[in-house]
Amino acid sequence: MEVRDNTHSGHAVAHDVHDHGHDDHHHDHHQTFITKYIFSTDHKMISKQFLVTAIIMAFLAMGMSMIFRLQLAWPDETFPFLESMIGKWGKDGKLDSGFYLALVTIHGTIMVFMVLTGGLSGTFSNLLIPLQVGARDMASGLLNMLSFWFFAASSLVMFGSLFIEAGPASGGWTVYPPLSALPQAIPGSGLGMTLWLVSMVLFIVSALLGGINYVATVINLRTKGMSMTRLPLTVWAFLITAILGILSFPVLVAAALLLVFDRSMGTSFYLSDIFIGGVPLDHTGGSPILYQHLFWFLGHPEVYIVLLPALGLASEVISTMARKPIFGYKAMIGSMLVIAFLSFIVWGHHMFVTGMNPFLGSVFVFTTLLVAIPSAVKVFNYIATLWKANIVLSPAMLFAIGLVSFFITGGLTGIILGDSALDINLHDTYFVVAHFHIVMGSSAIFGMFAGVYHWFPRMYGRMMNKSLGYLHFWITIICVYGVFFPMHFIGLAGVPRRYYANTAYEGFDQLININELISVFAIIAGVAQVIFAFNFFYSIYRGRKAPQNPWNSNTLEWTAPVEHVHGNWPGPIPEVHRWPYDYSKPNAKEDFIPQTVPYSQTPESNRPGDF
Amino acid sequence: MAVEATTEKPKNKAWGGGVSPYNVSWGKMYMWFFLVSDAFTFSSLIIAYGVMRHRFADIWPLANDVFTHFPFIEGHIPLAYVGLMTFILIMSSVTMVLAVDAGHKRNNKAVANWMLLTIIGGFMFLGSQAWEWYHFIHGTEQGAYIMNDGTVARPSINATTHEVDLNTLLLPGGKTVSGAEAAEIIATSEHFHGANMVKNEYGHPLFGDFFFFITGFHGFHVFSGVVINIIIFINVLNGVYIKRGHYEQVEKTGLYWHFVDLVWVFVFTFFYLV
Repeated sequence: MEVRDNTHSGHAVAHDVHDHGHDDHHHDHHQTFITKYIFSTDHKMISKQFLVTAIIMAFLAMGMSMIFRLQLAWPDETFPFLESMIGKWGKDGKLDSGFYLALVTIHGTIMVFMVLTGGLSGTFSNLLIPLQVGARDMASGLLNMLSFWFFAASSLVMFGSLFIEAGPASGGWTVYPPLSALPQAIPGSGLGMTLWLVSMVLFIVSALLGGINYVATVINLRTKGMSMTRLPLTVWAFLITAILGILSFPVLVAAALLLVFDRSMGTSFYLSDIFIGGVPLDHTGGSPILYQHLFWFLGHPEVYIVLLPALGLASEVISTMARKPIFGYKAMIGSMLVIAFLSFIVWGHHMFVTGMNPFLGSVFVFTTLLVAIPSAVKVFNYIATLWKANIVLSPAMLFAIGLVSFFITGGLTGIILGDSALDINLHDTYFVVAHFHIVMGSSAIFGMFAGVYHWFPRMYGRMMNKSLGYLHFWITIICVYGVFFPMHFIGLAGVPRRYYANTAYEGFDQLININELISVFAIIAGVAQVIFAFNFFYSIYRGRKAPQNPWNSNTLEWTAPVEHVHGNWPGPIPEVHRWPYDYSKPNAKEDFIPQTVPYSQTPESNRPGDF
Repeated sequence: MAVEATTEKPKNKAWGGGVSPYNVSWGKMYMWFFLVSDAFTFSSLIIAYGVMRHRFADIWPLANDVFTHFPFIEGHIPLAYVGLMTFILIMSSVTMVLAVDAGHKRNNKAVANWMLLTIIGGFMFLGSQAWEWYHFIHGTEQGAYIMNDGTVARPSINATTHEVDLNTLLLPGGKTVSGAEAAEIIATSEHFHGANMVKNEYGHPLFGDFFFFITGFHGFHVFSGVVINIIIFINVLNGVYIKRGHYEQVEKTGLYWHFVDLVWVFVFTFFYLV
């Protein structure tokens, strides 16, 4: 893959690449259907494979949330269609309480891992890293392909676990032992839990194969002139995300393997002093808290693995569509690095109620609240970028701004939850559910939407429909706030998460109206995603043909031909001469100067500090 | 164009793009990142072990009392066998270094010879580990008495005659019981030899759990290392790297092999020495 023509003079901008087009040895490989669409080693195809898989999984997980929202809002009603849909789990139109737990578990697992980790990083790291750093492909196409297929296998196993007799894993997406370790504990801890663990192992393999590839590509394969401080913020975000994954997923491997041993080999790493039906179990000496430490050492960085790529995509979209350089480019990189570092020393804030030493708790409070500083830097930089900008409100831009909005709203509740004294009250209530769905779930998914709307022309060579995009955005953002904003108040009132019904507590009866409101918004939001799905799949085949550079963007991916070629650029790889954010530069002829334009061609806009 | 080239050259050449900043191939970098990641897995396991051992510090068995056998030699020789194992593994790292070095000198025959020795070293280590496990699982002749609450009482050994003394039982934490009390324990407790995942004669069951898990996980790494080494060895014999012009594959395997050895040094330290 190492084909780099260093002799060319360096202006391979989009418009003239076709001139020296056909001397390339890459794009006329004979490709069969299987090597092109299935076992493809081309990063652009792999990226689409990740995206489509993630969309399917996202609809599945969203469907689950709609089913359990019905139960939460109308606990006394029956919904006969449930029986035809999920069979014995919805007998007589009533959702089975065990299956309710399975639904929340699998909803969480799919959304966190398959959609927001695999789907987000897998899609956009694959699409954008080689195109934006100026590489022919990933460092290793083969391992990249394996990364997708491990991901696909993992998704299939997770999906398959829905169909087994005893039902899928039901211990919550964090699968805390002893509930998850003992098959006798709940039906979902039998084969369902085993499949969950198998799926996770496959997923971790995929994440490591992908992550190492992303890092190696960014470090080794940047084109000439693409120094680290000329990288678009997307690439920085993907790089830091990949490093987080490399450092945190192996700890989940350790946690999961010990759990596997406790489940199948009779060891007692996490188990001690347990009676089931009055009979003591053999297990002695272990500690379930050990699992929580190991899990959250992954689990907290995982939050940023989900969020950072979304922030990176938003940075790029906001700067491009505001037609302004991103405010504080280096501060953005610095704050991402600080967030990444802090993410490894805050895991204890998930465990304030485990009987942790209060002094240790206060250390975790301190490190947790420190995260607010780099996060605020990012938010203020976004706002400063938008300030007095010549904003183009494309659907992608709306979603990026929506992300910033969620990041602020959700971040504020994070400060509340990060305080151990307050968390003891709020732990495992709907306040927590509302917090992380806004700050991590919704912002990350909005980042993903922004990415899809913005880079769709680069993926499929066609444009998505703008009006449908606007409709999708407005319904979605109103509904997301409609769902999660009232949820804070239910949580403050003390309603615990993961409960099948709260009808046993009279005090909660007056909250049922709020739950109904939330469910109505949730269902509307779910239906609104069909608009997106239609727009997405319709535009792949019937969308307006994309121009070379639809958003007048500076970065390298828009210099590659609209029709994908293997190796990305038919001629030599373009050389880079400037940073990616020269938008609306004073005195420049146009309001953007692509990275491939040398300073010698823009004497009118050059400033003393430029080179 | 010449002017442009001088004015626009990034200040930092290594990171300026167009070159590999560490001057390594992606493959070697891939191996390094994989090893960092694997190091985190082992670290978390060893830290978990440390935490649990600390929690049961009073009743945690000492490796000195557990691993006292040496193949074909009767008697109480604590930690000698594992010392030998460690030595063998470290020597296999040395032969691996020599294989890589021979690769740099393009000496195919020497690479093959040193790789073969590395493979033999790996097999010797794995065999020794199997032997160590065998002894741990089968335990001592005298065994121990596991009481209903899980406490382990071990028969003492007479210092001069080396005979088993059932009149005095050793309890965890250095306590002893003797006479009628000991007889009662023997009568009411389960006589147990060796170790499995649920209990062991040496003391706390978690000792066995962690021992089996961590040395097993490490052994699995050694085993995969040996398999990879064999593949490389066959490639060397077939002259694959002569055709390729370089022996980087040997270097990458070497990185993995040294990592596995290094992990063993930590496992050895924390399980046997400390």
